[in-house]
Amino acid sequence: MVRPITPFLWVLFSAGGTIAALLFPVHLFLSGLAFPLGWLEAPSYDFLHGLIKHPVTRLYLFVLIAFPLFHWAHRFRYTLYDVLQLKHLSGLIAVLCYGAALAGSATVAYTVWNIP
Amino acid sequence: MPPTVTLAVTRYRPEQESEPALQNYEVPFRKDWVVLDALNYIKDRLDGSLSFRWSCRMGVCGSCGMMVNGSPKLTCAAFLSDYFPGPIHVEPLQYFPVVRDLVVDITDFMRKLKKVKPWIIRKEEKPLAEGEYLQTPDQLDTYKQFSMCINCLLCYSACPIYGLEPSFIGPAAIALAQRYNMDSRDEAARERLEILSEHDGIWQCTFVGECTKVCPKNVDPAGAIQQYKLTGAAHWFKSLLLPWGTK
Amino acid sequence: MSAEAHYTPYHPKWYRRRVSVWWWLQKGSYTTFVLRELTSVFVAFFALVFLWQLRALVQGPEAYAHFLVRLRTPLFLTVNSVVLLFVLFHAITWFNLAPKAMVVRLRGRRVPDWIIAGLNYLAWLFLSGAVAWILLRG
Repeated sequence: MVRPITPFLWVLFSAGGTIAALLFPVHLFLSGLAFPLGWLEAPSYDFLHGLIKHPVTRLYLFVLIAFPLFHWAHRFRYTLYDVLQLKHLSGLIAVLCYGAALAGSATVAYTVWNIP
Repeated sequence: MPPTVTLAVTRYRPEQESEPALQNYEVPFRKDWVVLDALNYIKDRLDGSLSFRWSCRMGVCGSCGMMVNGSPKLTCAAFLSDYFPGPIHVEPLQYFPVVRDLVVDITDFMRKLKKVKPWIIRKEEKPLAEGEYLQTPDQLDTYKQFSMCINCLLCYSACPIYGLEPSFIGPAAIALAQRYNMDSRDEAARERLEILSEHDGIWQCTFVGECTKVCPKNVDPAGAIQQYKLTGAAHWFKSLLLPWGTK
Repeated sequence: MSAEAHYTPYHPKWYRRRVSVWWWLQKGSYTTFVLRELTSVFVAFFALVFLWQLRALVQGPEAYAHFLVRLRTPLFLTVNSVVLLFVLFHAITWFNLAPKAMVVRLRGRRVPDWIIAGLNYLAWLFLSGAVAWILLRG
């Protein structure tokens, strides 16, 4: 039965959560702390620019950003229901959360597609 | 002067008050007593009007669930010595409507339990002449943990989702559905999946995990629910990509 | 067989307590749960920062250099440290809970939870190492 879409949204949430758990710590540590603070030598602009041109990197970047956004959308939606007890606004919240995730994913897709 | 401990017990008599209130009772403190013993002492010696449910007093019937100091517990398993010097707050099970004193109404759960069809369903019953159903110890192992549920409803009292949204089908019902889904003799997994994939089914659960923490029989309903989410999701994809293979 | 029990949600004499908006502050494990759920906000925040950095990279060396300067400001460094803490909290709770959903049965016995969790941690280590190795080459 395709109609209840919740299982699909839960899979997106799980995938996003797994990707965020496995890959965000290292990326965040490097780009957010180690490179700016000079603990480790940051990659040069040319190196990174060359790296992102590769189609595998583009796919990686899309997956890395888009799925965690959907993870946030699903989890935050239920947090608003439970913690702030905003269940009566459920339609609006769902649209805002998944809409924002869709917008973010579209932006990533557009960006990686148009890497010169 | 033998030691005593104070029990602060919820009293609610709908014929004379509109809201519950706490009443203090001084009971003897004995090392081998549980909260249920203290309640029975109150009923026998101090105040015969106190109403509460209990039966086996050994943790297998699931009748004596109450909130002890804010946590759902079987009162036959809550030793006074764990709460000494007290006072010990004894309140009716959270998130259920209170009928009187410590008695709550559990019709909601009974209705939900029936909804998940917690019995063996076969497309065709085996005729008696063919003998019994055979099951290996490994097959038993897949669902045995979920069969330990005594319907004590401590998990419902621990689940904030059930508190906020009483239509949520709840941990025990899902665990019991899984008990039958994973039973090799049962053939109704699809049927139960459709019931549990509804709006107030498994997808409302956000894996708080409190239900497993308070379960006195180690049923692990949270685990049952997460496993079921995976099954439900896999089935959703299968029905999308291979619609003919799922009937 | 008597008539089926009829559940009346608003029985006049039964007492129903309303769940407080602050229910999650009343118990340590509830508060931990809500903090765990709120890690998703920090996850989304970093996803957007990363996207922002990617776009700066695509725009050119000046835009990228400008972005790097932003990353070095005390504000951003503090924010990123907090975000890292919450992302780590997410990762650890995620891996510890994974065995509950991923039940693997080998030859009839259920693989113990700590092995499943351990495998997740190993994957984490391996992937983090791979990413670091790639980025530190340039």
